[in-house]
Amino acid sequence: MTTVLKASGLTVERSDGASIIEDVSLSLERGEVMGIVGESGSGKSTLALALLAYARHGVRIAGGAVRVADTDMLELDPASLRKARREVVAYVAQDPGAALNPMLTLGTLLTEGLAGGKAEKVTRAREILRKVGLPDDEAFLQRRPRQLSGGQQQRIAIAMAVIAQPKLIILDEPTTGLDVSTRAKVLDLIRQLCISDNLTAIYVSHDLAVIANVADHVTVMYGGQVVEQGPMQEILATPRHPYTRALLDAVPSLQARQALRPIRGRVPAVGEAPDGCIFSDRCDYAVEACNTRPALRLVGGTQVRCVRPELGETFGVRPQAVGHSDGQVANSSAVLQANGVNAFYGYRQILFDVSLKVEPGRCLAVVGESGSGKSTLSRCLIGLHGNVTGEFRLDGKPLPLTVGQRDQYARQRLQYIFQNPNASLNPRRTIGASLAAALANRPEADSRPGAVIAEALERVGISPDLGTRYPAELSGGQRQRVAIARALVANPAVLLCDEVTSSLDVSVQASVIELLRSLLADGLGMLFVTHDLAVVRNIADTVAVLSAGRVVEQGEAHKVLGTPSHPYTQSLLANTLQLPTEAADLDMPVIAPRQSAAGSR
Amino acid sequence: MEMTLHQRVRQRPASGWWRLWASTQVRWGVILLVAMTALVVVGPFLAPYDPAAPVGKPYDAPSASAWLGTDNLGRDVLSRVLSGGVYLAWMAPVSALLSVVIGAAVALVTAYYRGWTDLVLMRSLDVLLAFPGILLTLLCVSVFGPQPVLLVGLVVLTLMPGVARVIRGAALPLLDREYVLWAKAVGTPGPVIILRELLPNVSSPLLVELGLRLSWSVGILSSMSFIGYGIQPPAADWGLMVSENGTGLGTQPFAVLAPILMIVLYTIGGGLIAEGAARVMARTEGKA
Repeated sequence: MTTVLKASGLTVERSDGASIIEDVSLSLERGEVMGIVGESGSGKSTLALALLAYARHGVRIAGGAVRVADTDMLELDPASLRKARREVVAYVAQDPGAALNPMLTLGTLLTEGLAGGKAEKVTRAREILRKVGLPDDEAFLQRRPRQLSGGQQQRIAIAMAVIAQPKLIILDEPTTGLDVSTRAKVLDLIRQLCISDNLTAIYVSHDLAVIANVADHVTVMYGGQVVEQGPMQEILATPRHPYTRALLDAVPSLQARQALRPIRGRVPAVGEAPDGCIFSDRCDYAVEACNTRPALRLVGGTQVRCVRPELGETFGVRPQAVGHSDGQVANSSAVLQANGVNAFYGYRQILFDVSLKVEPGRCLAVVGESGSGKSTLSRCLIGLHGNVTGEFRLDGKPLPLTVGQRDQYARQRLQYIFQNPNASLNPRRTIGASLAAALANRPEADSRPGAVIAEALERVGISPDLGTRYPAELSGGQRQRVAIARALVANPAVLLCDEVTSSLDVSVQASVIELLRSLLADGLGMLFVTHDLAVVRNIADTVAVLSAGRVVEQGEAHKVLGTPSHPYTQSLLANTLQLPTEAADLDMPVIAPRQSAAGSR
Repeated sequence: MEMTLHQRVRQRPASGWWRLWASTQVRWGVILLVAMTALVVVGPFLAPYDPAAPVGKPYDAPSASAWLGTDNLGRDVLSRVLSGGVYLAWMAPVSALLSVVIGAAVALVTAYYRGWTDLVLMRSLDVLLAFPGILLTLLCVSVFGPQPVLLVGLVVLTLMPGVARVIRGAALPLLDREYVLWAKAVGTPGPVIILRELLPNVSSPLLVELGLRLSWSVGILSSMSFIGYGIQPPAADWGLMVSENGTGLGTQPFAVLAPILMIVLYTIGGGLIAEGAARVMARTEGKA
């Protein structure tokens, strides 16, 4: 085996000296795939870029060495560094839509960095296109990135990275923005390239299920430090650091409805980490010894930065199953009902005869991929989509189709929570003022607005003291909680949740799901739009599967997810990624460990 | 408990203004504008002579009695410079403010309501934008005479469509933001959405526009005076002075350069505020 990557003592600092990543060491043999996992703000992207000897503006690589094959990345002059970034290390960014120059043809994009004659370049480009599973004809080479789908764009980005046959390829969340089935295909491609080209890769993601499906080694980052590092199987089976275990516990399971265990607190900002063990302020098992920072040490097969790693096995309890909300069948009077809904964009029909009902205290999940019309459906229900026909009923009474025709009562009873927490609050208003504005719409204007606001904030687990903060001062998860609090202030009957967890970290998602579950227990009806079936399993009581604007399957959640009858539901299920430990329990197809494949050649 | 939260909600940190003041450019721009305004207000009382009365022979060089010399009619240049900013000092800010206020109102209303309001208003703005401002000025001044209020109106008419275009451009993407959708979904009335959700979020381009249009107003008003369609002689006015004394530039440059310097300083003040504000906003928005 030859060592391809050897990074040691890598430290990246902000210009004021606060370290973003600290003393990170990595080592990869040829043909290995290393997953780097951690929440937002853990420094994983900074690390990925530092391996390319790149640091963002206002940030510098303060120390350490990065050696890829025989190149010292940090010692190169600008010209050879440019060359090295093409021929030695390649990088695939998260958002291919932004990473690919929209004005260049695919042919130009692919061959830009190659040496050699034109014919030779085109041959290479075709070869690589076939390899990544795209058409290789002249017409396709003349296309531009915006004429491709997201998955195809990501394939092109990967092709661009591997065309110069680099020694190491760094993939920074390459599947995060993609649909379930597209993601599965792109992951397949990456695995396949790893085997066929014996590629050495670093795969950065916040999603352990993804990492577990593609990598054979894993580095868990937290607050800019490596907290655990070792072979994938080992870490999945015996996570030793409390943070690793917490991450695993936060991943929702497709098989069973469980109590998810969110990690309390938030990732420390740069320069604000505790003095001792960096995780100690969020760790449930912290002891006095945690006040001095532990070094990485080898325990079992893994490197762990924890003073009591041997306890890893005995930590916490195994996830416990939680049942569905009580009184489900008994109380089946729908609070919100839609019959025969058709929706259009111009002359194009988006929704075809969709009927559904939301019951109090129960959650209806609307599942589908992008373009299935699920967001249009929720916008229709809230009355923001004008071009719609059909019938809505709220509390048994007819509900006008658009918000302008609804009365104030109806508007209060239905509340919408948006996918993007960053834009759902007015950035120029404090969160207290945002909630006060929501309260102002309530007809029976409360005499004690402060109390109602404080109560709503406390209900979602936000300290009312944060009322004077602006949204920019909160984390994504906190913003989403505030958005939920703003909906609660109106005293609603139904919450329409549009992909509310999809832009959140797994650990934050867990806490939001727990919060929503507790709201269900309070008797709220909920419509939950999502593409993630594991989330559906953990929150929904009933499911409607939407494909190309039609409901293809509908029913109780355990029935639809347990014994799906429609092929589309089956394919969605098959493409949903799981931690292999769980998949193995239930005899799901698991990706075989890759060492054997790589070793056999 | 509830009261404390409520009070805290009300006294939100006015950090935005402090951040602006912290910018060196904005600070110098404000200082410059305040100093110029003070000079213009106090100037007439400081002037050693009556700005309209001849004190010597035409185009006399600077001397102990007339520090900046005399102009084409033998009037004291210093006195005329000190008295010559009165019109500009109120007309420029008023025109700038009016163009920004009207422009922003038109922009936000059309952007929010769309439909025929949008069509009619924006198309008429396009016509205004396409019509050469100078022709309009010549026409109106020829017909109605050079009254200050008319001049202000003309400047507003010239500048407002540009402001409206910029602010509309900034407001349109906001309409797809979730907080605006949310406000619509809970039935907030349109005017409230415009004032509470849209206006605060276009405040950065608004401030930039204000500084920029202030400089432009100074420029337009001075050029009107220069071509003789603005403030009429024998009143003292910087733009007018430049045109009156243009022929004597070789013999008595101060009669031209002094008013030009005043106009330039005034313009730079507005420009600095606009530039500084734009930078501060770009920084804070990047952070958010």
